[in-house]
Amino acid sequence: MAKNTLSSRFRKLDIDEFDENKFVDDHDEPVDNQGPDGAEIDNLIRQGDMMTAFHIALRNPPVNTKNPAIKERALAIVLRVLTSFKSSDIEPAVKSLDRSGVDLLMKYIYRGFEKPSDNSSAILLQWHEKAFAVGGLGSIVRVLTARKTV
Amino acid sequence: MSLHQFLLEPITCHAWNRDRTQIAISPNNHEVHIYQKSGNQWVKSHELKEHNGHITGIDWAPKSDRIVTCGADRNAYVWSLKDGVWKPTLVILRINRAATFVKWSPLENKFAVGSGARLISVCYFESDNDWWVSKHIKKPIRSTVLSLDWHPNNVLLAAGSCDFKCRVFSAYIKEVEEKPGPTPWGSKMPFGAVLAEFGGAGGGGWVHSVSFSSSGNRLAWVSHDSTVTVVDGTKGSTPSQLKTEFLPLLSVLFISENSVVAAGHDCCPMLFRCDDGGSLTFVSKLDLPKASITRNISAMERFRNMDKRATTEDRNTALETLHQNSITQVSIYEGDQSDCRKFCTTGIDGAMTIWDFKSLEASIQGLRIM
Repeated sequence: MAKNTLSSRFRKLDIDEFDENKFVDDHDEPVDNQGPDGAEIDNLIRQGDMMTAFHIALRNPPVNTKNPAIKERALAIVLRVLTSFKSSDIEPAVKSLDRSGVDLLMKYIYRGFEKPSDNSSAILLQWHEKAFAVGGLGSIVRVLTARKTV
Repeated sequence: MSLHQFLLEPITCHAWNRDRTQIAISPNNHEVHIYQKSGNQWVKSHELKEHNGHITGIDWAPKSDRIVTCGADRNAYVWSLKDGVWKPTLVILRINRAATFVKWSPLENKFAVGSGARLISVCYFESDNDWWVSKHIKKPIRSTVLSLDWHPNNVLLAAGSCDFKCRVFSAYIKEVEEKPGPTPWGSKMPFGAVLAEFGGAGGGGWVHSVSFSSSGNRLAWVSHDSTVTVVDGTKGSTPSQLKTEFLPLLSVLFISENSVVAAGHDCCPMLFRCDDGGSLTFVSKLDLPKASITRNISAMERFRNMDKRATTEDRNTALETLHQNSITQVSIYEGDQSDCRKFCTTGIDGAMTIWDFKSLEASIQGLRIM
């Protein structure tokens, strides 16, 4: 076999970066939310006030940042709140959300499904069932088509 | 609600003639079939074979009785009826990707073709050279154009595309028309100018279909993130978006100034209302199945099911809606866009259904079209 003795540096080039027809998302909203406050949530969980912890966890979703660390941190906080819920409290919590809140909850649920831990899948499936009852297939479609992920 | 099953192939697109006695459909191939109504049946009267690729759009001009078709072969043809035969005229669109959608303008002196080449081709007839000329609208479209609709003033054109945006362009051609007067969308309208751009921020899905209301002041579109959005040009440019809990809708149509019918992957047309404040609400699904009667299955039927289908239950695999697969196009059958009395849907199941608002209002509780 003839060995290619020329440089193979070109193989490390990402040709798509140079495509002039490449679709680039609009950069709008420099407001980057940092995600919920972990310490505040911990306090509330310790006190047992799950509803408030839930609502605060869903505030300020880091949808605009490109920093994966912020997103991971926010996801961890939200999952901690979701897994600390009792099964019977899930339904009233979902009912207290508005349409965009249910969509955001669905986004977090699916992110939680990506990395299942010991007991997270069972409780997340219960959350999914209740959120689906309110949001319907549309909320799941919006998780799939969202340009800005949580 | 009368359903007619044309074929088993999907109906990619359809168009009616002026008095609704003929329908032109494309059964998901290179041809257009024209069916003539005779009594209660539809009889095939013409086959239009000229395209080399799948037909993606058909539009039938009601007054001048011309059909324009566009296809995946990057061509469009204008067909005229001469001595009982439809004769095609090729239109050079100058696109290097498939055409996706075509629509005659209200005065039928031009038509617009959306394409995968990220541009819209607006074509008009130049009588000196006796052929159709096309002009391109390119900027700032960044992906395939999926759907178009003309404003009643024959100049403005709304386009929904895969770059998650819905835009209003000016398609003013000085060779065929006078300068248009000002509209709520803008007053300076050189060809190709973007008068309004919506969508993209936050969510967003491909904009499958756009529709102007009969006055031209309102614009509605449906997008792949299961939302319906309406914007009122006279009330500023904040669109009112409704996030539905259904599967994405594929086609939308204004049936009065305040009501919108949309249909899509849920195989069922839905009615939405847009009130004077501009906010959009869901009214009702228009295909409510009659309550299914659960019968006790006889032993004979049980054994027959076991033999034929290897099942012991009475599992009916048909959908409860009239259409058995997604609805791809909604069109007006009787009336016009300010007051529609009947509308027609076609879909991937090869069926065409005509829906009558009088009987819908009677059968669905509390349904009133405003």
